[in-house]
Amino acid sequence: MTDPVLSVKNLSTQFFTRAGVVKAVDSVTFDLAKGEIMGLVGESGSGKTVTGFSLLGLVDAPGRIVEGSVKLNGTELTTLSQKDLRTRRGREISMIFQDPIATLNPMLTVGQQVRLAIDAHEKLSHRAADARATELLSQVGIPSASVRLRAYPHEFSGGMRQRVAIAIALLHRPSVIVADEPTTALDVSIQAQILFQMRDLAAETGTAMIWISHDLAVVSSLASKLAVMYAGRIVEQGPTATLLRDPRHPYTAGLIASLPATAKPGTPLTQIPGTTPSLLSLPPGCPFAPRCDRSTDRCEVKPQITLQESRGWRCFHPVEKNAEVLA
Amino acid sequence: MLGFIIQRFLQAAMVMAVMSVIVFCGVYAIGNPIDIVIPPEATQDIREEAIRRLGLDRPLYEQYFIFISNLLQGDLGRSFVYNIPVLELIGGRLPATLELVLISVIAATILGVSLGIYAGYRPDSRISKTIMAVSVLGFSVPSFWVGLILILFFAVNLGWLPAGGRGETTEIWGVAWSFPTPNGLSHIVLPAVNLALFKLAMMIRLARAGTREIMLTDTIKFARAAGLSETAILRRHLLKLISIPIITIFGLELGSTLAFAVVTETIFSWPGVGKLIIDSIGVLDRPVMVAYLILVAFLFVTINFVVDLVFALIDPRIRHGVSK
Repeated sequence: MTDPVLSVKNLSTQFFTRAGVVKAVDSVTFDLAKGEIMGLVGESGSGKTVTGFSLLGLVDAPGRIVEGSVKLNGTELTTLSQKDLRTRRGREISMIFQDPIATLNPMLTVGQQVRLAIDAHEKLSHRAADARATELLSQVGIPSASVRLRAYPHEFSGGMRQRVAIAIALLHRPSVIVADEPTTALDVSIQAQILFQMRDLAAETGTAMIWISHDLAVVSSLASKLAVMYAGRIVEQGPTATLLRDPRHPYTAGLIASLPATAKPGTPLTQIPGTTPSLLSLPPGCPFAPRCDRSTDRCEVKPQITLQESRGWRCFHPVEKNAEVLA
Repeated sequence: MLGFIIQRFLQAAMVMAVMSVIVFCGVYAIGNPIDIVIPPEATQDIREEAIRRLGLDRPLYEQYFIFISNLLQGDLGRSFVYNIPVLELIGGRLPATLELVLISVIAATILGVSLGIYAGYRPDSRISKTIMAVSVLGFSVPSFWVGLILILFFAVNLGWLPAGGRGETTEIWGVAWSFPTPNGLSHIVLPAVNLALFKLAMMIRLARAGTREIMLTDTIKFARAAGLSETAILRRHLLKLISIPIITIFGLELGSTLAFAVVTETIFSWPGVGKLIIDSIGVLDRPVMVAYLILVAFLFVTINFVVDLVFALIDPRIRHGVSK
């Protein structure tokens, strides 16, 4: 196998707040190959978005990366200056956010915003930049793109706005795009369209993607591998098909069991009891233990990662194949 | 856009009409100028003759309609005291106030917004904390006191700048201005600083609050993720996003300072309209008061109108009438 485009090792990001230290991301490790799509799944507040920001070096104070390494195309990012980091953002790695109305500037035309992103990395004449912007917008499925360049974000529908954001993220054909729930705010019908369009665009340009979502169903149709996050840690990761068929971590198993599609019609939906612990006061051992029906005294120690072929999990009592949860 | 302008224009006309009634009745209510204008030893005949000549023998509504019909012909009446047309009187004083106020408000805005953006961009730096501390002073120290201290320090002790008056003036378009001559400009400095301090503090606070809020939004995060430089983010994104409240306050401050620069004008013996109106109130010079107040109302209405137009110009959502 070739070298991964993105290699993350032991990445930990913490926020130093007045109330205490928030361990938002804790020892996150994964590799991403060229053109690969990885799904990063977890509940709200599990650290998915902060992981994304950490990759781009965009963690705002009082947060910072306290440990670990992020290697993009062989370059270590965590030790780069903000200035060097900036020249890589947008060109080698970029990010799309959940709510396109909040990400685009309401007071600039779409064309101006695309042009700002072009200017950030290239010197193009006004006309060349316009041509580039038009080409890109039509590529992401915006009709009569050259006219729409002069329109403002509020003149677009939600789906079209997100397409503009996607076009900006794809502008310089980055090696990696972090997509932070980009379809969550959209209609279901538009969701699928954008999902598959992005998959195709990524395949065309060889861009690898990290698709952050709380929706296992969405991610599993798209990603070739999955990482399940819980309370700042990746508790299980591996190829999507394997993980869905044969989850090892009880949390993954619980997530799969609570998918509405897996429930028998007429029966109540399965849910995981309890709520996510506060990242301010995590239990010393496995953070999932208080909600887990398999936990024992052993779980008071932090479980290390267990590796098996292409997958890994952090649990002392992994679910065995075809165990009761899936039955 | 045209509909928007017409609508705003009609609203402005309504405001002016209502204002003229309120001003006229209000000024009528505060005292009879006859008692001041005519010496107490005047005979009854002279008294009645004067009352008739000033038009004060007619009922209020008649006086109002005479005033309005004259106003529409560009005649705001004559001052009871100076016996010259009010327009001429105010017009002679207005440029002094205008140049003083414009210089101080514009300088305060440019400086205040820059300092405010800096303080909002680096909220934890020592410079930012100093800026904010100074802005608290600008808010809390009374302006007349600052004026006196400025005179004491820069004019009396150091002798660098003149203590009052307009200094040399030069004529542009038939109007006397101080700022083009070095001597006149040196006269403007102290009163302008005095007027600007409060506005500077306000602009700093406004720009800082806006900057802090905007810098945390996804718009800025997304711009950073696309690799935009910090300069581009500040100049192209932030400045536009914080501009609406700043322009609003700029307009309001410009209007209210033009109308009520009285304290500073008095301290620095600046011969502007503020001093004129205080003197006129003292002697119940009705035409001057009425004309001045209507002029102030007109200024406010005009400035607000311009501010609305500027909004529409810079914010497409207002221009296109997007609700929300």
